[in-house]
Amino acid sequence: MTPATAHQTAGPYWHMIDFPEWADLLRADGPNAGVEGDRITLTGRITDGDGAPVVDGLVEIWQAGPDGAYEAGFHGFGRCATDNDGRYRFTTLKPGPVPGLGNATQAPHITVTVFARGLMKHVVTRAYFEGEALNATDPVLTMVDDPARRATLVAKPAGAGVWTLDIVLQGEGETVFLDV
Amino acid sequence: MSDPIPYRRPDPATQPPYDAPSYGSTHKRHPKQALLRVPHTLTETSAPRFDQRFYATQADMSQVGGRGALGERIIVAGRVTDEDGRPCANTMVEVWQANASGRYHHPRDQHDAPLDPNFEGRARIFTDAEGRYSFTSIKPGAYPWRNHWNAWRPIHIHFGLHGAGWAQRMITQMYFPGDPLLALDPIFNTTADEAARNRLVSTFDLEITKPEWALGYRFDIVLRGRDATPFENA
Repeated sequence: MTPATAHQTAGPYWHMIDFPEWADLLRADGPNAGVEGDRITLTGRITDGDGAPVVDGLVEIWQAGPDGAYEAGFHGFGRCATDNDGRYRFTTLKPGPVPGLGNATQAPHITVTVFARGLMKHVVTRAYFEGEALNATDPVLTMVDDPARRATLVAKPAGAGVWTLDIVLQGEGETVFLDV
Repeated sequence: MSDPIPYRRPDPATQPPYDAPSYGSTHKRHPKQALLRVPHTLTETSAPRFDQRFYATQADMSQVGGRGALGERIIVAGRVTDEDGRPCANTMVEVWQANASGRYHHPRDQHDAPLDPNFEGRARIFTDAEGRYSFTSIKPGAYPWRNHWNAWRPIHIHFGLHGAGWAQRMITQMYFPGDPLLALDPIFNTTADEAARNRLVSTFDLEITKPEWALGYRFDIVLRGRDATPFENA
């Protein structure tokens, strides 16, 4: 067996693979044009251990479609560059509940992945949706005992269809990152 | 429906740590809390399918509109497999790099080296049924950075891959053989295992080299394999 190739940082100059339209999963003429569902915006700021905005981050999302299935009628991939305030912003459809292991059901969630200068490997977290009944029994959320830590995985409503999830890379309020 | 087979967990020595003191940008950006190890569900074992109607192939970085970029033309080719040697077919490979002078086509790169109007520095290719890929480019230049006094990055090409599961997602860098800067580079040297580091270094390959045209380099990439034992036993 040959072990997997080592990750290396994306560095600060990855924007040659930034295609801003990919942040809109519902873009006209894109893979999801015409797919029906609950249209949402997922946005938030990414900050470092000093509270400074991460202005050179590459954020990717991965999600199921409104029916809870991956890549079956909905292409659940997006990419976004953080702006000068550290903010990312995606337009997408709200995912449905996803099958877990055994008979478990996972609450609706979007996997959020951050690459950046200073991250030798990307970090992975999830955005759940506040107020979702299934959150109480979700297999990942229920692994986090501390309510304040658990809250870092739950996006908050911020107006019609807008959900906010800030990501703290380090220190006070540090996001729960997943070892996947 | 039966549970998906999880991906194998890496030997930590073969991967870089988040906290790498010699690489200054990690100081305020690495998580300090332990990561939460989650079992692999469909969220981790499925991945985007990149339809080439929406993600068009672009395999030649060595020219723009038929006008050749400055520098030494190269061909980079290799195979993408998993840890068990199985080919990763139809895998999207994204590539980006600095130009021959060591400057990126990017507004934030202020290194005092010339831009080349005929070099954009990005490509997108898909592996074939055997996991093979190939693209044409220009040998990138070394460039300084401010990590420490008189710091220079070894010449490198960035690679990004999506596998068959989100847990296989990875971005890495390919280096060139014989580069004296490798021994001095904090990023390259954060990975503890020497063999793992050396697998990031491409090899000169006369079979990939095209006569009267371009030098060839081989760079094989390995994505995580599947675990032999299902997680439900854990």
